[in-house]
Amino acid sequence: MQVTLNGVPADLEQTATVASLVAMHGGEHRRVAVAVNGQVVPRSRWETTGLATGDSIEVLVPTAGG
Amino acid sequence: MTTHDVLPALEREEATDPLVIAGETFTSRLLLGTGGVPSLEALERAVVASGSQLVTVALRRVEASTSGALLEVLDRCGVRLLPNTAGCRTAREALLTAQLAREAFDTSWVKLEVIGDETTLLPDAVELLDAAEHLVADGFIVLAYTNDDPILGRRLADAGCAAVMPLGSPIGSGLGIRNPHNIALLRDAVDVPVVLDAGIGTASDAALAMELGCDAVLLASAVTRARDPERMALAMRHAVEAGRLARGAGRIPRRWHAQASTPMEGLPEL
Repeated sequence: MQVTLNGVPADLEQTATVASLVAMHGGEHRRVAVAVNGQVVPRSRWETTGLATGDSIEVLVPTAGG
Repeated sequence: MTTHDVLPALEREEATDPLVIAGETFTSRLLLGTGGVPSLEALERAVVASGSQLVTVALRRVEASTSGALLEVLDRCGVRLLPNTAGCRTAREALLTAQLAREAFDTSWVKLEVIGDETTLLPDAVELLDAAEHLVADGFIVLAYTNDDPILGRRLADAGCAAVMPLGSPIGSGLGIRNPHNIALLRDAVDVPVVLDAGIGTASDAALAMELGCDAVLLASAVTRARDPERMALAMRHAVEAGRLARGAGRIPRRWHAQASTPMEGLPEL
């Protein structure tokens, strides 16, 4: 299915969840936050939150900042 | 008390005069931002030299982030993390960013930044106050980056912000404190801690902030973009301590004419 991942079109498996997405795209980071369509998905709901065609997903990680 | 007892006594007094934000105690009054660091090694040395106990971090898309070791470094330094909402332009963006930061960093503390444009990075007062109200209602401990406006500062404090953080001058400009009078007025206008945030260029700017009555100083670029970040971090630590001591000591009034310190009585006629 087609989604927008961090502003870029991406093709995900139909069975993709937030948890599977983070496993693929979270990289080495142990602290990750995810928003789907402008709503925060708490870590406790990553496994059970499925994704749908057209979803806009942001996968964010810590970085240095003022 | 002999003169030899005075210095240790003053130092003990300083140690028992901590910065308190939302019930949390900090012996250091210097908050350090991590943005602009040349390397994680330089950051670690700068954090240690600064003595800072509260350090800002941000969230960005994974593709654009710095190394995943950032938090390991900050953990090693034993500092508390203060996520920011840098780059947000609206209250809605700031609220979502703060909620994401709460998830990622496991803290409800947030440095609230809502900027009006990219050229000045000045706060958008209307969106800022709206964001502060929503964040406080959502249970956040809000440290609000704001203009050097005593009235807006009071509005933010009234909205429940845990600290009000006026800019000295635009972020990263290094122009120092452009309106010391407003900073002093803001200090008197609110009961929560006032943290001078943004615009610091060098150590004397940080000392001035404390002399004006600020409770702490938050700076990033002045250290991270200095030629020698570690040395500048140490300079800032001393400047904040010196400014705090000078504020407590009470400066002499400014005079138009000279006032001799050597007595005129007993001056010989030569």
